[in-house]
Amino acid sequence: MSLIAIEGLRKSYGEHEVLKGIDLEVAKGEVVAVIGKSGSGKSTLLRCVNGLEAINGGSITVDGARLAGDEAHLRALRLKVGMIFQQFNLFPHKTAGQNVMLAQQVVKKTGKAAAEAMARRMLDRVGLGEKFGAYPDQLSGGQQQRVAIARALAMEPMALLCDEITSALDPELVGEVLQVVRGLAAEGMTLMMVTHEMAFARDVCSRVVFMHQGRVHEAGPPGEVFANPRTPELQSFLGRVA
Amino acid sequence: MTQFTLLDILRNLVFATQWTVILSLVSFIGGGLLGLGLLVLRIGGGRIFAPVVRVYVELFQGTPLLMQLFLAFFGLGLFGIDVPPWLAAAVALILWTAAFLTEIWRGCVEAVPKGQWEASASLGMSYVEQMRHVVLPQALKIAIPPTVGFSVQVVKGTALTSIIGFTELSKAGTVLSNATFQPFTVYGLVALIYFALCFPLSQAARHLERKMNVAHRH
Repeated sequence: MSLIAIEGLRKSYGEHEVLKGIDLEVAKGEVVAVIGKSGSGKSTLLRCVNGLEAINGGSITVDGARLAGDEAHLRALRLKVGMIFQQFNLFPHKTAGQNVMLAQQVVKKTGKAAAEAMARRMLDRVGLGEKFGAYPDQLSGGQQQRVAIARALAMEPMALLCDEITSALDPELVGEVLQVVRGLAAEGMTLMMVTHEMAFARDVCSRVVFMHQGRVHEAGPPGEVFANPRTPELQSFLGRVA
Repeated sequence: MTQFTLLDILRNLVFATQWTVILSLVSFIGGGLLGLGLLVLRIGGGRIFAPVVRVYVELFQGTPLLMQLFLAFFGLGLFGIDVPPWLAAAVALILWTAAFLTEIWRGCVEAVPKGQWEASASLGMSYVEQMRHVVLPQALKIAIPPTVGFSVQVVKGTALTSIIGFTELSKAGTVLSNATFQPFTVYGLVALIYFALCFPLSQAARHLERKMNVAHRH
């Protein structure tokens, strides 16, 4: 059974329909790259899966539980699915360690000592064990994004959603973040990532989904999708970014 | 006729200043507490309470403080309630301060980036948890300089209460001016005392603003 099942998902902003019926299944341990032009709805899709956007039609099911709009259901969903953002969104008034500890203590009611131990483990995992006491504005963009990954991991989610997590980074900092993601993929974490890093998608992902005008236009294993794009839209998209 | 020396005038003014200070403190603290309550209703009160608070803020920001004082003083009298000047002054200033502080603080809460809400939501936090642990601590830091700055307006606002007969600094100035026939000297001293109260506050607001901008945002 798939971990994330999206059926007939529709989302509109006013008159403008951004998602026009998306069907997509993500199996446990799968690493799915969502690619496409800006405005194709790929970020919106991810935000819907995390309940950050209310949906207008269709359904999203995570680990057998269907997403509903009330706070209890959203909370349950978000404990299963973590999210990492383009702009990191670390809490600026808290240290790296406190960023990783906060939700554990507040949401999961983990004790301080256990939350701190978990935070240290997760920061170690992203290679930032030394930065426990550093504030976000004392860290580089790449380091901040790795703290954000540690923060999401500390909630022990079943899947992670990555929304263009390297797009706001200086080119030389992209590698360190992708390295962490590569490690997660190797450990069997289920990942759904919107990305512009085509080389990374080719190397690491088990499936590539190309979105165009609010629909899944083409999907398949990266080897196939990148080597033999069938639709002219994907051909032109790959031609432009390659 | 009694002769007033400059020292006599000053002594009387300083004595009256304590009422200006007390009224300012009462207005600011009372208005702050009420403003906090209104803020909660304004941003978390949904479709019923939020518009009510909005209308409240618009009414108090859109009418002169003097009219509010008159209404508090004479308006309640119409219902047979005998309102002493100090009570009317305190009530009107508290309501007025609350309206402005609510609006200032709402701006501060909205200045916290949307990404902070989204990140804390994605970690499973409820609205109250987001407010308490993520948004309000950041909004508080943004709010300190403008809040201290607004306290200057409160101090100056108390001067209007002299018109409904509350004997604070301005009222004492009027009385002394009538008794001494030295309006320029008296009102000059009154102005200097107001300045001595307000200048440290505005300096503090500037200092805090600079500190917030320079220091790390934590």
